[in-house]
Amino acid sequence: MKIENYISNYCHIRNNTVSVNGELIFKEDSNSEFADFSKKGYKQLNLSYSKFFKMDNLSKLAFLGAEYVLNATKIDADDNVAIVLTNRASSLDTDRKHQGSIQDKESYYPSPAVFVYTLPNITIGEISIKHQLKSENAFFIFDAFNADFLHAYASSLLEKEKAESVLCGWVDYDGEAYDCFMYMISKKGQRKHTTNELKNLYKNKD
Amino acid sequence: MEGLKLELKEKIIEQLNLEDVSIEEIGDDDPLFGDGLGLDSIDALELIVMLDKDYGIKLTDPKEGKKIFESVAIMATYITANRTK
Repeated sequence: MKIENYISNYCHIRNNTVSVNGELIFKEDSNSEFADFSKKGYKQLNLSYSKFFKMDNLSKLAFLGAEYVLNATKIDADDNVAIVLTNRASSLDTDRKHQGSIQDKESYYPSPAVFVYTLPNITIGEISIKHQLKSENAFFIFDAFNADFLHAYASSLLEKEKAESVLCGWVDYDGEAYDCFMYMISKKGQRKHTTNELKNLYKNKD
Repeated sequence: MEGLKLELKEKIIEQLNLEDVSIEEIGDDDPLFGDGLGLDSIDALELIVMLDKDYGIKLTDPKEGKKIFESVAIMATYITANRTK
């Protein structure tokens, strides 16, 4: 018998705005840069987690998206929450910074703190460290948000009992352009886990 | 030496992204790792790069850093004795 799964909570972070389950959490001036916006997003969460400020922008974006979804979902470290994230630009934004530091042979000073973020799946590591998750995880690169793939992958993890719930999403950052849509798939909720629902929610159409 | 200590505190805060720490909160003899500022292994590597880039000091053995990076005062003494720029 096929078990129904549900989208229990979701979050959008785009255009200097954070919304959770379709409700506006906060909005920044459209001229503000991601550095300021992300700092305010962090402060809004009342966290005391100084490691946030050491993260690259992609990890900050993923971290914030995860925090807003997981806050709404309430999980424990014992819960088996898998993480499946996707994006288009991979870690290109930080890759460029690293490239810039090794471009000149006369001034060759690669930063270890930058280099450690030259993989997109580090974002999952940051979320897992914060929530002490030791679960299944994967990061995939697509041209655009791929609801079909994410639906199939999350459903498979749940059907094969590899996880009790799955934090999924699209977390893309390149330059000052960013887009984050994260959501939790679990066995309880109001919205059925379907590709159409995912496509509509991604576009922010309730 | 006092100027160098202040410079080091500024660099540590800026380069290690210590958002919630001010210069006044870092004592000259405060431990930088462990219970002090709580720096981690990546921060230690970043400090090694800083010694090379800003003061022309190349640490060939990263283990040397354990002693040199104990505090701002010890760092300043080491840099004064070994800097090439």
